[in-house]
Amino acid sequence: MKTISLIIIGFWIVAVLLGRVLGLYGNEVDLNSVLANPSITHWFGADDLGRDILARILRGVEVSFIVAVVVTAVTMLVGVTVGLLAGFYGGKLDKILMQITDIFLAFPGILLAIAFAAVLGPGIINLMFALCLTGWVGYARLTRGQTLSLRNRQHVLASESLGATPLRMMWRHILPLLLSVLIVEATYSLASIMIAEASLSFLGLGIQAPNASWGGMLRDAVRYMLVAPHYVLLVGASLMSLILAINLGGDYLRDKLDIASYINEK
Amino acid sequence: MISRLFQFFTVIFGVLVLTFLLIHLVPGDPVEVMLGESASMADREALREQLGLNQPLLTQFGGYLNKLAHGDLGRSIHTKTPIIELFKTRYPASVQLAFLSMLIGLLIGVPLGIYAALKAGRWQDIIVTVVSVRLSAMPAFWLGPMLMLVFAVWLGWLPVSGMSEPAAIILPALTLGFGLSAILTRMTRTSLLEVLNEDFIRTARAKGLSERDVIIRHALRAALLPIVTIVGLQMGSLLAGTVITETIFSWDGIGRLLVESIEKRDYPVTQACVLAVALSYVVINFITDMVYRLVDPRMRSGNS
Repeated sequence: MKTISLIIIGFWIVAVLLGRVLGLYGNEVDLNSVLANPSITHWFGADDLGRDILARILRGVEVSFIVAVVVTAVTMLVGVTVGLLAGFYGGKLDKILMQITDIFLAFPGILLAIAFAAVLGPGIINLMFALCLTGWVGYARLTRGQTLSLRNRQHVLASESLGATPLRMMWRHILPLLLSVLIVEATYSLASIMIAEASLSFLGLGIQAPNASWGGMLRDAVRYMLVAPHYVLLVGASLMSLILAINLGGDYLRDKLDIASYINEK
Repeated sequence: MISRLFQFFTVIFGVLVLTFLLIHLVPGDPVEVMLGESASMADREALREQLGLNQPLLTQFGGYLNKLAHGDLGRSIHTKTPIIELFKTRYPASVQLAFLSMLIGLLIGVPLGIYAALKAGRWQDIIVTVVSVRLSAMPAFWLGPMLMLVFAVWLGWLPVSGMSEPAAIILPALTLGFGLSAILTRMTRTSLLEVLNEDFIRTARAKGLSERDVIIRHALRAALLPIVTIVGLQMGSLLAGTVITETIFSWDGIGRLLVESIEKRDYPVTQACVLAVALSYVVINFITDMVYRLVDPRMRSGNS
């Protein structure tokens, strides 16, 4: 499983870099090859403006991955901070913070991200902003739960009695124990943010034409499904291969870091 | 119970605040964004007046709550139709789709889950589990077009999209149902496996009941409880999950209304849709929770 996942992810990284080196931007319109089938010149065929589908998929991977990494990093930073504070100090602070996360959790799925992206207007920055606004809640919940149980571990109490500041206790004695859980969570969230980004772009709320994105390509591909089924097939297959590979990687890390019990709790 | 009720109302209040603030998040002047730069001064003022945007924020929020309490969701900026009228056709369409998807999910998920649990640890179990985990990772915007390609374009069995034929609901319902069935398979499997280890199952076997009776009359009855909860919780997310599926299959439900309103920058409609879906979700979750407490005797006495 690990090797399959690594091979697929490695393949996409190499392909994206190679595309960069070869200067494949996928924005060159070629009206002679509109919706062309796969051939030597266009391995994956061409889209409705005669642009090379493979080149656009590669750009889509790149953008999607950048968005996923940035959003994961930001949401993790915010969520872990909130969760640590809530779990460590407890009391009123905890109540208020958790009430806020409850409200965010009251919006199912990516509805809130759709709503934010809708009013903020389309574009990659607003897209990331919308995903960050809704994404931190999961980390906050997770971190808070773990911190609650770690707060009264003996090594934490020992450091407290030796005069450690709260900041030091959180940073040196609680956070390191959370790392493995957070790493696994982050891997899964990479995949789910890529899906969310593609969903928003599919709805026209994310990355804007002429820039390539998976969601946008899928939307176009559905429109031309009757005449060019290879378009939707190849974009769909590419997207799924990467998402499956990342999830498999997550499964591997979860087993390796032995935190299966936590995943079940979720 | 009381604390749960209190939490329910604070969450609803929070949802109201967030959806109310939505329109104020529009960068710049929301009225200008909605009407376009060419709109006349008078039109802008009229809309500003209608939306109450020239009043202080708190007064606006009060007005918003007051209107909602009277069942007034505002009007669409473009068609001037009261939003509640739009909901009268859109909401039932989404509910219909959600119910059929749930039915499909149950019909696939529960039998598969039972099968996997009975074959626990053997290759049949592993295949079912692995497939269901992977299936649940498939987003609707991937599965939907794939189903459309196979069943509508290649095989030509079902309509591609729209709502004109009754059969048109099948593909969107399958798209949502497959994802659900994966979750239900896993839940059924876990829940049944847990029950099969209980004492009363051993008793049932010891008194000589056939394996079929043990499973169907004793184990399943106990195992179904967590599944009921999942059905309730998923029903809520289904209403939200329909946004993409409805868009793919041109199904005129509330999700599509949301997307259309975003494209037209008809923010009052956007706001109302988000509110409607979120409120349905919260209310369904709350009801599920309450029903679970009522149905499960263990929860009743514990009252934790």
